[in-house]
Amino acid sequence: MARMKFICDANRCIECNGCVTACKNANDVPWGVNRRRVVTLNDGVPGERSISVACMHCSDAPCMAVCPVDCFVRSEDGVVLHDKDQCIGCGYCLYACPFGAPQFPQAGAFGARGKMDKCTFCEGGPGKGSEEAQYGKYGQNRVAQGKLPLCAEMCSTKALLAGDGDVIANIFRERVTVRGKGSEVIGWATAYGTPKGGSTPPASEGKK
Amino acid sequence: MRVLRTPGAVLAALLVVVGLSSCEEQKVTRYEPGKYSGAPVASPWDSPQYGGKQAEWEAAIQARTQGQNDYARIPAK
Repeated sequence: MARMKFICDANRCIECNGCVTACKNANDVPWGVNRRRVVTLNDGVPGERSISVACMHCSDAPCMAVCPVDCFVRSEDGVVLHDKDQCIGCGYCLYACPFGAPQFPQAGAFGARGKMDKCTFCEGGPGKGSEEAQYGKYGQNRVAQGKLPLCAEMCSTKALLAGDGDVIANIFRERVTVRGKGSEVIGWATAYGTPKGGSTPPASEGKK
Repeated sequence: MRVLRTPGAVLAALLVVVGLSSCEEQKVTRYEPGKYSGAPVASPWDSPQYGGKQAEWEAAIQARTQGQNDYARIPAK
């Protein structure tokens, strides 16, 4: 069973924002809402790194844990979706999410928040309705057509990988092995620190 | 400290401490996830294109995902 994930290869991302544009256009994302964005670390400094960020479809999603109306659900292929008919736009998910993925369109006067909007891995959303109504709420359902999210498919340098977590992890691992570097920005050492005493890291990461 | 010299004052102080501790908020030690309240989610293979054939959909997605591997697309030198 495929378990859908994203991974961004920061050694390849050139900050072109093609993924952001593709997402906005493919899903008719409203003004002021960005389901995906490119973040640059050490901007302007030699060695700067960019990374494309959206909902990471966490296996233990904090948004799902804090939602007071329990409108989040994980699809059979591991994509975190939410029912906009149940969402009350409280914003708890935004505070809980470490990636800032939940977005809120401004609805009405006084900056009132609308219902939450986030990346759906181009998998539509819960419920049945007319194709047009579903598209209006959630955007395209490319996964049901055997395709991958448009952001990853449009990525010119193939920095952004999407698909079954095992497969994309292997693609990334092969890249790191071939070029001999690249796990220092996103990798085991970043997430869990470098082991002290010279012990071998649990996962093979190639040369740094 | 003249206040707590009498046994009655000590007892009263103890009663206050015990009484206030019962007002403490109960600690949640076990997290229980809520039950999803929204509409059901259809499986991606339950689409007009795949008609419920999960294996076919899996194969298509795996092939598409592997297509992102440029090392597999470009022959090694």
